[in-house]
Amino acid sequence: MRRVPDTATRIKIASDWKSIDTADAEFVINPYEEYALEQAVQLKEKLGGEVTVVTLGPEKTTQVIMKALALGADKAIHLKSDRIPDDPGSIAKALANELKGSEFDVLLFGKKGVDDDNQQVGQMVAELLGIPCITQIVKLEVSDGKAVARREVEGGSITVEASLPAAFTAEKDLTVPRYASLRELVAARKKPIVVKDIELPQSFIEIVSIQNPLPRPAGKIVGRGVDAVPVLVKLLHEEAKVI
Amino acid sequence: MAGEVLVLAESSGAAFRKATFEAVTEGRRLADLLNVREYVLAIGNNLMDHVSELGKYGADNVILVEDPSLALFHPDYYRQIALQAIKKLNPSIILAAATSTGKDLAPRLAIHLDTAVASECTHLELENGKLIATRPAFAGKVLLRVRVNGTPSIATLRPNVFTAKEVVPSKKPTVEQIQFDRPDSKMVVKEFVTQGAKKLDLTEASVIVSGGRGMGGPQNYKILEELAEVMGGVVGASRASVDAGWRPHSDQVGQTGRTVSPTLYIACGISGAIQHRVGMINSIVIVAINKDPEAPIFGFADYGIVGDVFEVVPALTREMKAFYGK
Repeated sequence: MRRVPDTATRIKIASDWKSIDTADAEFVINPYEEYALEQAVQLKEKLGGEVTVVTLGPEKTTQVIMKALALGADKAIHLKSDRIPDDPGSIAKALANELKGSEFDVLLFGKKGVDDDNQQVGQMVAELLGIPCITQIVKLEVSDGKAVARREVEGGSITVEASLPAAFTAEKDLTVPRYASLRELVAARKKPIVVKDIELPQSFIEIVSIQNPLPRPAGKIVGRGVDAVPVLVKLLHEEAKVI
Repeated sequence: MAGEVLVLAESSGAAFRKATFEAVTEGRRLADLLNVREYVLAIGNNLMDHVSELGKYGADNVILVEDPSLALFHPDYYRQIALQAIKKLNPSIILAAATSTGKDLAPRLAIHLDTAVASECTHLELENGKLIATRPAFAGKVLLRVRVNGTPSIATLRPNVFTAKEVVPSKKPTVEQIQFDRPDSKMVVKEFVTQGAKKLDLTEASVIVSGGRGMGGPQNYKILEELAEVMGGVVGASRASVDAGWRPHSDQVGQTGRTVSPTLYIACGISGAIQHRVGMINSIVIVAINKDPEAPIFGFADYGIVGDVFEVVPALTREMKAFYGK
């Protein structure tokens, strides 16, 4: 699980032009991990077992960990580092180090973080652990040591079976996350959080600079109603040259 | 010889994807800058007849691995084949399309090769033989320039951003066929189910006709489908209409959906909220049809018509039919 700025937050580039100024940002659980967490809780409700949330990030990650515990996780492991590395491989190695040797059947990730948009960590962790990983899933069924998942791809979907333990990365359609009740928020405070200080593995990605995208020049209103349609077609053909 | 550029080709059915030709074109450009050869690794089934197409876009060499079990992407099979080819070739740069396959496979390779991948790049530069990639983050609210310091330097390219361009004269690639020995795997890839009659994915379409809350209900998307069909495009949707259950998530354009960059994007009954905007702002031309003259979409559309989508869209379909002589 990753702590990310809320998608409605305005993203401000820091004065070094190499990082994001998050001082005013509101932080939330990465939306794709909310779908994954909901899936984990649903599996627990159906098949039993326990849900552990593992996250890597700074001290302040505690706030989103509490939220995850309120949403149905039983306990949390917080790998504490001063920042989230820019290289997904570095994150994956830290997570795999923690997961190596621990027992689980299903390892769920969001397909990507809505901050760095890399879409890499889930399959990297699975490769490091030597377990199957099915990415971008919209449906998951687990029974008898086996999982059947449907992954969304261009123009359709593909069904993939995997023996457990296995990893999956959640697409938006996987589940509809629940809301935590006040009672669950209070109960979350009693759930265990294991905090471990970690050294970040080497990063092969270096941010050279961050810039704002070029603004799009304002266009023109061609007209009102159906009368404007022939003018539009003419402009698309003669001016924009796209038809 | 080491230091070549390697492109991972992707097929759909027995044909290469357009995004692969874009990657081969960009790979050619980088290979010329580095003064090395461009290799393409093609994994799939029944691709032999299509290998010459890779030459058209500049491939010097094609490594071809065919087997019926490779028709659909299988992470374990594809990873094993690619790692084997990479270890033999020792390329300095690896490119793939940022499709569901490319984005799944490239990180798996990177972690085994102890290097990194820059995802969904929109521009590439070279510095001392390493890639410096420009890539959007925060759904395009900012652009990052990142140096990929590992070896090889790997990038996935966002479809429809790089232009596929034929080289003159065409290359006649040397083809090396490699036998596939199917490894053990804990995964079984079962079946591919197409979604409706849609032939093209949103990310690869050159015309997208998109509908939002202003469409009023799922039954009304028919008028968008008609317009899209006349123009050879596909239909997209805003988050509001997907959340309302009118359209499948695979149609969603925006921060939690697809990021698209078609030649022409026609937004119908879409207000243009930030979460939608970031998914389509890189379209070459944006047309907005909305009855609310104050809708934010008019602030960044190239052409706008203020009006009722139920009148304007059918009129536009008729006009386009006439234009295309249909």
